[in-house]
Amino acid sequence: MTLIKVENLTVEFGTDEGRIVAVDDVSFEIEPGKVMGLVGESGSGKSVTAKALMRLNPDNASYGPRSRITLQLDSGSVDVFSLKSTRDMRIVRGGSVSMIFQEPMASFAPAITIGSQMVEQLMLHRDMTRREARELSIEMLGRVGISEAAKRFDQYAFELSGGMRQRAMIAMALSTRPKLLIADEPTTALDVTIQAQVIDLMKDLVAEFGMGIVFITHDLGVIAQTADMVAVMYLGRIVEYGPVREVIRNPAHPYTQGLLRALPDLGDLDARLTPVPGDIPSPLERPAGCVFHTRCPRFMPGRCDAAVPGMTTVKPGHTAACFAVEDALVAA
Amino acid sequence: MSGKPIIAARDLAVHFPIGGGLFGPKAIVQAVEGVSLDIPKGSFFGLVGESGSGKTTLGRALLKAAPITRGQVMFDDGEVSYDLARISRREIRDYRKRAQLIFQDPYAALSPRMTVRDIIAEPIEVMGITKTREATDRRVREIAAKCRLNLEHLRRFPHAFSGGQRQRISIARALVSSPRFVVADEAVAALDVSIQADVLNLLKELKRDLGLTILFISHDLSVVAHICDRVAVMYLGRLVETAPTRALFARPRHPYTKALLSAIPSLDPDHRSSAQKLEGEIPSPTSPPPGCKFQTRCPHAIDICRREEPRLEHSDAEHDVACHRWQELAKTLSTA
Amino acid sequence: MAEIADTSIPVESEAERRRKEAYFTASQSQLIWARFRGNRSAMIALVALIAMILMGLFAPFLSPYDPTIAGRDRDYENGAPQIPRFWDENGFSLRPFIYGTARTRSIETNFRWVTTIDRADRRYLEFFVEGWEYSLIDLRLDIPGTSYDIHLRALTFDTHLFGVDAGMIHLFGTDASGKDIFGRTLHAIWTSLAVGTIGVLISFVLALVIGGVAGYFGGWLDSVIQMITDAVRTVPVIPLFMAIAAFIPQTWSSEMRFFFISCVLGLIGWPTLARRVRTHLLTERSQEYVLAAQLSGASSSHIIRRHLLPSFTSYIIVDLMISFPYMVRAETALSFIGLGLKDPVNSLGALLQNVSKADVLLNYQWYFIPVIFFIALVLAFVYVGDGLRDAADPYENLKK
Repeated sequence: MTLIKVENLTVEFGTDEGRIVAVDDVSFEIEPGKVMGLVGESGSGKSVTAKALMRLNPDNASYGPRSRITLQLDSGSVDVFSLKSTRDMRIVRGGSVSMIFQEPMASFAPAITIGSQMVEQLMLHRDMTRREARELSIEMLGRVGISEAAKRFDQYAFELSGGMRQRAMIAMALSTRPKLLIADEPTTALDVTIQAQVIDLMKDLVAEFGMGIVFITHDLGVIAQTADMVAVMYLGRIVEYGPVREVIRNPAHPYTQGLLRALPDLGDLDARLTPVPGDIPSPLERPAGCVFHTRCPRFMPGRCDAAVPGMTTVKPGHTAACFAVEDALVAA
Repeated sequence: MSGKPIIAARDLAVHFPIGGGLFGPKAIVQAVEGVSLDIPKGSFFGLVGESGSGKTTLGRALLKAAPITRGQVMFDDGEVSYDLARISRREIRDYRKRAQLIFQDPYAALSPRMTVRDIIAEPIEVMGITKTREATDRRVREIAAKCRLNLEHLRRFPHAFSGGQRQRISIARALVSSPRFVVADEAVAALDVSIQADVLNLLKELKRDLGLTILFISHDLSVVAHICDRVAVMYLGRLVETAPTRALFARPRHPYTKALLSAIPSLDPDHRSSAQKLEGEIPSPTSPPPGCKFQTRCPHAIDICRREEPRLEHSDAEHDVACHRWQELAKTLSTA
Repeated sequence: MAEIADTSIPVESEAERRRKEAYFTASQSQLIWARFRGNRSAMIALVALIAMILMGLFAPFLSPYDPTIAGRDRDYENGAPQIPRFWDENGFSLRPFIYGTARTRSIETNFRWVTTIDRADRRYLEFFVEGWEYSLIDLRLDIPGTSYDIHLRALTFDTHLFGVDAGMIHLFGTDASGKDIFGRTLHAIWTSLAVGTIGVLISFVLALVIGGVAGYFGGWLDSVIQMITDAVRTVPVIPLFMAIAAFIPQTWSSEMRFFFISCVLGLIGWPTLARRVRTHLLTERSQEYVLAAQLSGASSSHIIRRHLLPSFTSYIIVDLMISFPYMVRAETALSFIGLGLKDPVNSLGALLQNVSKADVLLNYQWYFIPVIFFIALVLAFVYVGDGLRDAADPYENLKK
């Protein structure tokens, strides 16, 4: 059973400088208890994709006509784009879908204690009494490894350290028992030792609560350590998609290969770092055809800059959007 | 890598007052405390630490951009020799030509109101290195070419460039006065992975071609491992370990270095690090714990760690560590 | 056909390339102007503002009669606006005309003057007529005492844009003493702009010095200056003005009064501006590119000249634009409650004061025409200021 199914998601932004295609024809699905990693560099559209799941993109965003996001709940399936009123949208905002951010301060109101914010949210989404909500909140704070949870309950977000804040945010996001958790660069602002703590915590929580997670990051190492499936995004498109072991060990798309080569590896200190040539084009100047062709070592003129390659299955479950990969498969 | 070090710091301390206004500071931050450090001439020296470790302040102090509270910093590039703690105003002007800084954020570090040519030319104009506009232009073009900038683009303003290109402009500005010593403060942290390697390779090349000594400050151990030949690890204002890169990564002595290494997420999905994960967080530098600064998070802390601050001592050749128990721990590790 | 299509593509991309290169090499002011131009309401306001400034500047040329008591129309007191027309029941005329009027008063009209229009008496409009003498530069400084009085006149003309061949024309009507409201309005715009300019300049210089010192040096000096600024901000304005009104000697000339009012407005207007200057400086001073310049050994004056001033001139212009209508409004409000400029002086506030009489509301609605100009002037400043503010930081969305 899939938990959420994203089909042909296209998101455009109307700006002063013109229309920007942030996400282009993206499809994927997530199963309960699985972590789906969305990895990409700046301008890849990974955050916009995640926000689309909760309809959180700003007003100048427009969704393509073929875009569909279907959320599977116990009570039946919900088409996210058909939700109209703010009341209906509560299902995907903090109800069945929760989100944690890179900067935890952003999700806490500065003038309200962490506890009362959690309680308010629980009363809204889970029909609890204030007392029940308080007990559950303190339990959740303890569960994510916050010491003296009852004391922290009455503190403000700014009184906590960065790592504690991140934990408190996770506790808040999980207390409503979401089916799906969207984690937008949850460890990027943290130091490595704290990042390791948070990654461990999230893995434990998936095992315990069995929710699906969309994990957005630019760090392939973090993806390798957390995700089950991974989608590599570049300039709004998924260029490669598959199980994390497959994609990292046998990357098919030239971009994924380039990213992995550019990454310093502690296992081999002598390996020369190989940058991906060129710069990421500005979203205002998306290349025609395959979006990666301007930097691709396997660029085929007349083909890659003319047509958009479709997803080719490299192995069952592992797909890549590249003409060179297509050719190699045909030849084999 | 023999001869005199280009930078030799002895018992260096940098303290800052924070908060307060009319009625004096609220607290004193010991950003850097008791640091002794030799940076060999021609080395690519890594300085690693988490936020709040004081690595940026140390870098600034070595550039005389942060006040030195105590201690001595000798700069010696073979031509001149200065003690930065007692340097005169005139000498500072000369020192600025010899020591420069590369910034982290390629967006904030370039004035949006100046053309690339003017940005790169500013240091040599201010320092009065070149006398004529032609000479300035020649020097700017020379260094821009070295940093792989398109000379056609010198007329443009920074808003025309992406992060990687901006960082190359920033590097060109730092190098235009032909410095001998350059501090690169998180110079690739703000860049995308696919661009980062390019800037790292450029730095490596420039160091070789221009005979620079680079102090590379970073929180990213894997980047440091690849580019530096010596590494120093900082925690809460103190140096805890310094060693040649290979030795440090092969045989980390300090429990904090070990924890840092094991915390790096591995690219291998099946690799689960065996080492202990650290609990807790780095204490506030306004109220550091007594004894060893790492004792609040150290899994091996005993009584002496809570009482006495360990000194940096030699373990192997060129490998120094500040830990009371490093010998014991090395033994248990090798038997385990 | 195919050949044409082939050549057209590179031509277009060449234009595209040049457009891009122009953007890449655009300086700050060019970027700001490009963004400002895209803002339709701000552009309309800018045109209106320039029009009004020109109207104020050339007020003597545009107004056919002296707006003081010297140029009054004895035969047309409280007269309605006279709109020039081209045709009526008596036929068409290429040259626009107005009608002659006659005043009568009898027991039937309760002894009020009643103006009757004589539709047979056509008075034709003439252009570039000679009339009262005026000087575009007319500087008069009446400092109490006589030794330092300066009276400088230059560019003296007596040509006016329009007039009529017989009698007088009053486009906006006349007031109780027969002064031309059209001329008064134009002169009033100029007075209000001048008061605003002097006020803004004084407060701006104070703000720049005080805010600049606080922002650049920081530390305890900053704290002290902040306290003083806060203290000045707490001074209540209306009682202060009443005290000042009582203090102004009756013997002062209207010019003197006018200058004094401007100074007072400037002296109480600086704290807000000073605060903004300080904030700009504080943020700008900690920018990394300023540190980079310092690390090159750049002196304070180099940093101020090269980095700090250019970075906030755009903000300062915006601040000036935004504080201008406050000055104009303050002057108007003061004059309206009778504490500022008094009736013989042509300021928008003084003209507004005339409107407050019930007699005017019922019988002489054309007194409201200056009010329209006042609203238009303030709105134009506000819209231009808003447009500039939106355009002032062209780099904000270039950052990630």
